[in-house]
Amino acid sequence: MRLAVRARGLRKVFGARAVLDGVDLDVRRGEFLALLGASGTGKTTLLRILAGLDAADGGSVLVPPVRTVVFQEPRLVPSKRALANVIIGQGRAARAKGLAALAEVGLSSHAGAWPATLSGGEAQRVALARALVREPELLLLDEPFAALDALTRLHMQDLIAELCARHRPAVVLVTHDVEEAILLADRIAVLRGGTFVTDVRVGLDRLRDRTDPDFVELRRRLLADLGVDTHAAAAP
Amino acid sequence: MSVATATEAGVEGLVAPAPPRRAGRHPAVTLALRAIGPVLLLTAWYAATASGALTKDVLAGPQDVVRTFAELWADGQLPEALRVSVTRAGLGLVLGASTGLLLGVLSGFTRLGEELVDSSMQALRAIPFLALTSLFIVWFGIEEASKILLIGVACTFPMYINVSSGVRNVDRKVVEAARSFGLGRLAIAREVVLPGALPSIFAGLRLSTTLSVIALIAAEEINVTAGLGYLMARATDYLRTDILALCVLLYAVIGLAADLALRLAERVTMPWRRAVTIR
Repeated sequence: MRLAVRARGLRKVFGARAVLDGVDLDVRRGEFLALLGASGTGKTTLLRILAGLDAADGGSVLVPPVRTVVFQEPRLVPSKRALANVIIGQGRAARAKGLAALAEVGLSSHAGAWPATLSGGEAQRVALARALVREPELLLLDEPFAALDALTRLHMQDLIAELCARHRPAVVLVTHDVEEAILLADRIAVLRGGTFVTDVRVGLDRLRDRTDPDFVELRRRLLADLGVDTHAAAAP
Repeated sequence: MSVATATEAGVEGLVAPAPPRRAGRHPAVTLALRAIGPVLLLTAWYAATASGALTKDVLAGPQDVVRTFAELWADGQLPEALRVSVTRAGLGLVLGASTGLLLGVLSGFTRLGEELVDSSMQALRAIPFLALTSLFIVWFGIEEASKILLIGVACTFPMYINVSSGVRNVDRKVVEAARSFGLGRLAIAREVVLPGALPSIFAGLRLSTTLSVIALIAAEEINVTAGLGYLMARATDYLRTDILALCVLLYAVIGLAADLALRLAERVTMPWRRAVTIR
């Protein structure tokens, strides 16, 4: 089993509160892991530690040398055009790869656009192209769809599923949307009280159907882990 | 522990991330590091004068300057000179900075204001204020008025440039939101635009403060009978390099003290800037 992430006993303390309290995590190469949790449970904190943006207060973590992040907001450099944002820091030689990445996210015609002229969904797709063009072994997604409207979000979820299936990076997706997690992930972990309370493999076929009884059952179970009681499942 | 050894052994192809280190240094170490430069300069000055490489008619040593400071302070000459000079610079700064602030907000916030004010400000800005010294004497006489006005003119422009660009850079979306909640133009300027432009306002104020001391020196070349400039003029006549060095140092101290006060004010007036975290 080749690993892309290996974390042992991770701790992170804010003030008197341990947001992460001895978290162990293994992610295999090519595996798509969704991290669920209510707000303030340390999902983003864990992701930022994996990205190397924040230091843990304790424990150890190993990640691949090439890893990229798509943040909740696009975080594009406003003074660079879309293509220049995609290949930022890679030199002009990466233009062809950058254009290919933009084509993959369906934005070939926007290569010369300024970030301020892009819609929210377009800007986030540029951010996704920027993350993919570096051919990461670990792709970290920090609620990348949270700021998008519902329709755009559906398109983006399909796009992510397709691109991840093609490039096979290990993916850690932080989200609070249970359906999104079930739709996209191979494995789902729920953070609560500083540790994982659930770590399940999604045993559904790809091309998942939200109305599939197994889907509904898994959704109910995960929501219960998150502290949400669903009455819908009690009916049938 | 077996887990720990497994981790230390590592996993092929994986590395430990290198997060940026935050706020690692002890405040005392920071202070010591900051002090290195000034202490070295002082030592070099002392060494050069004590060894005789610099004679007293070229530059007096730090120990002479300290002695002179004590003498002049005790006989009241220095406190009086400082009071006069700091008052001049301060009044000029208040005059110039408030003019620059007013015109800057006007030009940055309203279209009409920009059309009316900006071109003339840009043209006037090209005039070196030192060139105005003689004209100001003719217009306002050799008393305090011409000096304070000269300092005021010098301080107006850095303030104007910074404030107008700061006001222009205030987030239009927040301004639009405020307008939609029924705030009038004055209320928007007061509640949204001015706080948003505060960083630029302070940048302008700090530049103006430095310039006020420079303009003070120029202004005190005009027929002075009091102030640090007067002290320097007399010291030149008697070749008292200790007094000259002392006055040069005092000008620097005035500038530094003003800058320090402004940086403190920045912290106090913009508490939201300290609370910035990346999430």
